[in-house]
Amino acid sequence: MAFSIPDLLSIITFLPLIGAIFVGLVGGDNLKKQLTLIITLVTFLLSLMLLVNWDNSNGGMQFLENHPWFPQLGINYIMGVDGISLFLVLLTTLLMPITVYFSNLYVNEQVGLYMVLMLLLETAMIGVFLALDLVLFFAFFEFSLIPMYLLIGRWGGVKRVYAALKFFLYTFAGSALMLVAILAIFYATGTLNVMELQKAHITGALQTWGFLAFALAFAIKVPIFPFHTWLPDAHVQAPTAGSIILAGILLKMGTYGYLRFAIPIFPEAAARFGPWIAGLAVIGILYGALVALVQKDVKSLVAYSSVAHLGYVMLGVVAMNMQGVSGAVLQMVNHGISTGALFLMVGLLYERRHTRLLEDFGGLWKSIPIFCGFFLVVVMSSAGLPGLNGFIGEFTILLGAYLKSPIFAVIAALGVILAAWYLLTAFRKIAQGPLTNPDNESSHLHDLRPNEVAMLLPLVALFFLIGLFPNLFLDKINPSVQQLVEKPAVVLHLPEPQTVKAEQ
Amino acid sequence: MPQIAALQINLAVLLPAFAMVVFAMFVMLVDILTPGTNRGSQNALPWVALAGVVVSALFCWWLWPQQVQSFQGMATSDHFALGLDLIVLTATALGILLSTNYIPQITNQVGEYYALLLLAASGMMMMGTATDLIVVFLSLEIFSLALYILSGLQRTNPRSTEASLKYFLLGAFASGFFAYGAALLYGAAGSTQYSVIASTLSSGAGNPTLLYPGMALLLAGFAFKISLVPFHMWTPDVYQGAPTPVTAFMSVGTKAAGFAAFIRVLLEAVPSQQGTWGMALAILAVLTMTLGNLAALRQTSLKRMLAYSSIAHAGYILVGLVPGTAEGADAALFYLFTYAFMNIGAFAIVVALEKAQADDALQNRAAGIADHWPMLAFAMAIFMFSLSGIPPFAGFFGKFFVFKAAVDGGWAWLAVIGMLNSAIGLYYYLRVTVAMYFEAPGDESAERRQSSVLRVGVVIAAIFTIIIGIYPALWTGLFSAGLGG
Repeated sequence: MAFSIPDLLSIITFLPLIGAIFVGLVGGDNLKKQLTLIITLVTFLLSLMLLVNWDNSNGGMQFLENHPWFPQLGINYIMGVDGISLFLVLLTTLLMPITVYFSNLYVNEQVGLYMVLMLLLETAMIGVFLALDLVLFFAFFEFSLIPMYLLIGRWGGVKRVYAALKFFLYTFAGSALMLVAILAIFYATGTLNVMELQKAHITGALQTWGFLAFALAFAIKVPIFPFHTWLPDAHVQAPTAGSIILAGILLKMGTYGYLRFAIPIFPEAAARFGPWIAGLAVIGILYGALVALVQKDVKSLVAYSSVAHLGYVMLGVVAMNMQGVSGAVLQMVNHGISTGALFLMVGLLYERRHTRLLEDFGGLWKSIPIFCGFFLVVVMSSAGLPGLNGFIGEFTILLGAYLKSPIFAVIAALGVILAAWYLLTAFRKIAQGPLTNPDNESSHLHDLRPNEVAMLLPLVALFFLIGLFPNLFLDKINPSVQQLVEKPAVVLHLPEPQTVKAEQ
Repeated sequence: MPQIAALQINLAVLLPAFAMVVFAMFVMLVDILTPGTNRGSQNALPWVALAGVVVSALFCWWLWPQQVQSFQGMATSDHFALGLDLIVLTATALGILLSTNYIPQITNQVGEYYALLLLAASGMMMMGTATDLIVVFLSLEIFSLALYILSGLQRTNPRSTEASLKYFLLGAFASGFFAYGAALLYGAAGSTQYSVIASTLSSGAGNPTLLYPGMALLLAGFAFKISLVPFHMWTPDVYQGAPTPVTAFMSVGTKAAGFAAFIRVLLEAVPSQQGTWGMALAILAVLTMTLGNLAALRQTSLKRMLAYSSIAHAGYILVGLVPGTAEGADAALFYLFTYAFMNIGAFAIVVALEKAQADDALQNRAAGIADHWPMLAFAMAIFMFSLSGIPPFAGFFGKFFVFKAAVDGGWAWLAVIGMLNSAIGLYYYLRVTVAMYFEAPGDESAERRQSSVLRVGVVIAAIFTIIIGIYPALWTGLFSAGLGG
């Protein structure tokens, strides 16, 4: 390989944190903005080193780091990345410079604190995806709440305080029991190392209760219906950068948590409760889509579409076969870039018109064609048009779900139609039709500037790259997924006939 | 004669506490020898007191490698006792940093203040050293009497005098309970010394009709000092009425001293009865956590909210004691260590926000301070997040170890209730950050100024809150006494 950097994962994780200290110390808002952008860009470039030195044939952890953190107790600082977390890390490091650049253009109040929080958030998010010790993971998982809470509460919309508190309290309450489960696992097995725990066999009541505690924490984070009520508030009230990060990355912590912790550590309980989660996921797909259909505010439409899209991811996750899980991992990335791009476009529109109500728009195609062109591509990507990224993920997930239990796949497929419906409706109301509102005339509205196009281009390029060459990504994802689904396969196949029976 | 031969008096045991007493005298001398209310001499007093803390800490450091027993086993200086000393000294030092600017504004008797502070600390330190109920009683009275006076220091403020009187009356009752309990335990086991009580009880020779009432009364006495529900009634009033630096100091010091003595009694005197007191403590822990948190939700005064929060924290710490293991005792002590920084830090911000006269509705005073003093608000946010137990701050690992002890001891359900409680608690800690960061600043914000000494205190507390949380392994070594194990 070209050349490798020692402790690369730690560098990627903590570079933003160290950068945050400098950003806090330097003076001048412009300097803070530039410095933050540079730090996130450097972090992104460094994270590309993961791809350069990636070993496609290895399904296990790569770039492992293991240092004693709490030697007396055997709590270690373990960081590692595999095919499941690789693209989530890259997604994080890619979305950060984009959101920071967007904020540089439009955030002008308390810039220092804002940028520091963004960088702290980046450290927390990358840490969540790389930590392989349960306590270390938990620390990153919980810490990520603080910067996001402050971002929503300080720079958010009208109901920002309510939304911020709800976001924090919901997630914290959900993960409270997870900590007890972690302690119980630690007591039962004597280790907190995830790789060892995946081999350990946890028996008895802990298998059930431990899984439920983990599942609840992650279900709120995803969010799975009916734990989703914090999401519309937080997404709609958050500032644009916050919405992009929330939808693009923070929600993935939940689905990732299922794949990395809840299911591998508690395979039997996961198999037992799998159909229930699949049922909730399918309800979420339909519910999210139907609610999105009637939204007047385009931002809450995108928020509810997240509930639906994450339903697909969860359906793939609990299918626990190659197709389902690989599709789920890919769809996490797809949702990150598609919904991230959607929120970005909504944000760009909002900064121009200071409204997000669908009825205020119409006919924008005539006044700002470049914007609408990009908007169409983003909408299509989110709706799952073949040739773009969303299609690959949804198709593989549905395939996996069908192999596992056809009934869920059939109902979930309805969601694809609904998604096309609400997304195209939104597009029609914004871009097409007669241009009636004088505020939407091209004399009032500025079309996308070159720098704004530059923000969108990497995302749009990825739509096509994933859509046309999915194997570039799946080749890296599959080996790890194979390891994941093969190990518990023996256990998982046993209860299958019962669960199918129970559903019919 | 064998009794004489066994007589052992090693004053080294008392050295850390003794240093505090000597420096208390020294403070009073300095105060008296400088004529009038000379501002210069008053300014020297906190540094004399701080020197006492340093000297005492040096004695602790010297004693650390030794295991000294003295007075026929009535006092022991082991790692547990020295761990408590460390917590009390931390609380005293931070308390002094909070006081330099504040105390001269509310009273002329600055000398008495620092002398009493050191005396109270000496009593608290003895609580961990005591291995005999009589010595515990003496230490309890030493620090309680000093605190009764300290909380009434602001004589012009009716709240302060009320706090003092209330604390004194209820405290006297609690001491009575304690003395009665000690007497009954003496009747049951024939001694007030822990090791003798333990061996008598484990051989089954104890008199149960005296033993159980005795244990219950001792429990009530301790429960008062560490403000466990339902013996917590005094806490909000006293915490709110007492001068804020005193509140900061006693919220940690009293709790640490009370818990330390309590732990010693549980693990060294009556470990054989764990089957009885385990469940009683579990119920008290549930009540204390839940009531403390629920009551804190409703408070409008920041000081009162912190008072109820301290009750809730007593509940969390108690969770660690329930299984009666050495691990739990160490966890409780470590928790108190983290609590010293985050709680006194929080009170330091209260001092900064408070004007000497009014003390009410501090939540209003906190509104928008992030705009005027970003660093102050940042520190307060750290303390609030740490108190609610969010990693990577110290409070998280405090909770982590306490709940780990409970889970390891087979009390997982107690840990579940504890974690649910910290989710409730999060709400009122977040309310402070909401006020600081999300609300518009009030009119008066701009005119307030803080002393630089106070700022040093805040910075120290904040730094420790972070580094203990990031690297707890560095500190837990100080709190691994392995008591009763």
